[in-house]
Amino acid sequence: MHPLLTRGTVAGMPERPTRRLGLYLLSWTPITVILIYLIAKPAGLGWSYATLLVVPLCLIYGFVCLSAWYSCKAAPIQTTLPRRLFVTHTVAAIIVSVLWMETAKLIAYLLSQIHTFQGLDQKFAPQAPLLFAAGFLLYSLAVASNYVILEIGESQAAQARVLETSVLARDAELKALKAQINPHFLFNSLNSISALTSIDAARAREMCILLADFLRLTLGLGEKAVVPLREELELLQRFLAIEKVRFGERLHVDAHIDAQAQTCLLPPLLFQPLVENAIIHGIATLTAGGTVRLAAECSGGRLLLSVENSVDPDAPAPRKSGRGLANVRLRLEARYGKDATLRATAEEELFRVAISLPAEMADAPRPAAEDELAPAKEARA
Amino acid sequence: MPPKAQIRTLLVDDEDLARHVLRELLQCHPEVEIAAECANGFDAVKAVAEQKPDLIFLDVQMPKLTGFDVLELIGTDIPVIFVTAYDQHAMRAFEVHAVDYLLKPVGRERFEAALSRAKDRVAKKKPMPAELAAAARPPQQFLERVVIRDGSRVTLIPITKLDYAEAQDDYVALASQGAKHLKQQTIASLEAALDPARFVRIHRSYIVNFERVARIEPYGKDSRLAILTDGTRLPVSRTGYARLKSLLDDRA
Repeated sequence: MHPLLTRGTVAGMPERPTRRLGLYLLSWTPITVILIYLIAKPAGLGWSYATLLVVPLCLIYGFVCLSAWYSCKAAPIQTTLPRRLFVTHTVAAIIVSVLWMETAKLIAYLLSQIHTFQGLDQKFAPQAPLLFAAGFLLYSLAVASNYVILEIGESQAAQARVLETSVLARDAELKALKAQINPHFLFNSLNSISALTSIDAARAREMCILLADFLRLTLGLGEKAVVPLREELELLQRFLAIEKVRFGERLHVDAHIDAQAQTCLLPPLLFQPLVENAIIHGIATLTAGGTVRLAAECSGGRLLLSVENSVDPDAPAPRKSGRGLANVRLRLEARYGKDATLRATAEEELFRVAISLPAEMADAPRPAAEDELAPAKEARA
Repeated sequence: MPPKAQIRTLLVDDEDLARHVLRELLQCHPEVEIAAECANGFDAVKAVAEQKPDLIFLDVQMPKLTGFDVLELIGTDIPVIFVTAYDQHAMRAFEVHAVDYLLKPVGRERFEAALSRAKDRVAKKKPMPAELAAAARPPQQFLERVVIRDGSRVTLIPITKLDYAEAQDDYVALASQGAKHLKQQTIASLEAALDPARFVRIHRSYIVNFERVARIEPYGKDSRLAILTDGTRLPVSRTGYARLKSLLDDRA
């Protein structure tokens, strides 16, 4: 359907197609006036005759020129050879102009049947080639303007597509980050707090603060594209301290964080879900508990992260790589492409996830923060 | 003199603090006595056999044996109040089967309501719904292991180690690594819980692990025998043969 005839919107209000068609035909008025002048003046045909001849002709041609839209759409400017474009539209213009000229002759003949205009068609005949030229030009103009309209539409669509993709990507990212706060973890922690209120009010308060810090850090980190590992470790330290309250002696943590690695930049909440998995699929499935080993090291321009946990050797085959792991993999891929790797290995009593990514340093590396390591160690049993 | 305890209960949760909350909430109910506390499902099954409690507070998410596994092992006679932090499938199953459950953190009001309904269940000896565990399993997720109880001993058979199952009256005999384990279950309900891409009902009385089938031999008119990799011979009915063949086609 031609865009003129489809229902469009103007400033957000629906617009009737007849209105736009009217405007289009109105734009033909100057052309009509000029043609009347060109035909009436040199041949002395008289204004009324010229008007009666040109007005229906222009009306017809106005619609004919609309058809250029279809041939433009069929031959997109980017994908069609220039030579073919030229030939197609020139041939079309010639055919249309010839037909128009013949129509003009027919109307001239019909008008001459009226008594007052008798014989005027003979006078008009030499003027006919003028109409051919005008028809050719007008049709070419229509083709050109249709290409402009198509291009504008195309670029708008491309813009919309870019916008849509970026919205989708952001959406996925947000969803991923929201999924990081595991409802299980949240409700179990609240239950622990509620138990502690009567046993040890001070510890209950401490746990409330740990949980609040954890939530705040999760939300805060989620807003950034990259964070220094140090910040992620602060989050982990809270997370592990909370889990330690829940699991007690069942959870042992062993952390080896290289001081240089702390300043490396990485997407936020990449390490935390791996540690959370280690607890959910490792420690929580063992009646006697086990150990979670964290390591971060910076060497040879790479940042190497690993999480290891004990697993139940009798447990059913490890679940098809969990949502958490798949999510981390996707996010690594999105940011580093093939430059980052994630390897998960399952042994009899051990599950290990190792990530290797390019070590990006923060602009102003802070001096090695030995004390930053201490809180993480505190969580050790 | 305090009133004599009428209800003996079991608290089962792998988290100390979670059990503590329940203990505290039960303090103002002298009629309820805590017979034992268990930190895992194995202990719970054992305690049920030894203590014969009237009521169990049972956490859903526990290591090795879940609350549903425990329920499956102890049968439906003892009323259970489930406790869960967050498990949408389990919660839906509880609602559908009108089973009492508590959400963590456990609040006094809900606790009282659940306890009074549970007391009613105890008094009326209303059994627990048998199909609860199946209802709580997320759709499209199949059994990963079978739990079996022999007295107070619990055995877990990973599904990959299950060779075949044979119906024996109200029981199924589960063959795994040369041993047979009896479990009180119908073969139809076992079949429903198993992954149809791995297990085939080859006969009215037999389900076989597809990977264990070495070959099929004709046996008399209209029937066949499945020869397993360990040499076991199982009868295959005509519909069973059709099922085997369609699974083979699916895999091809």
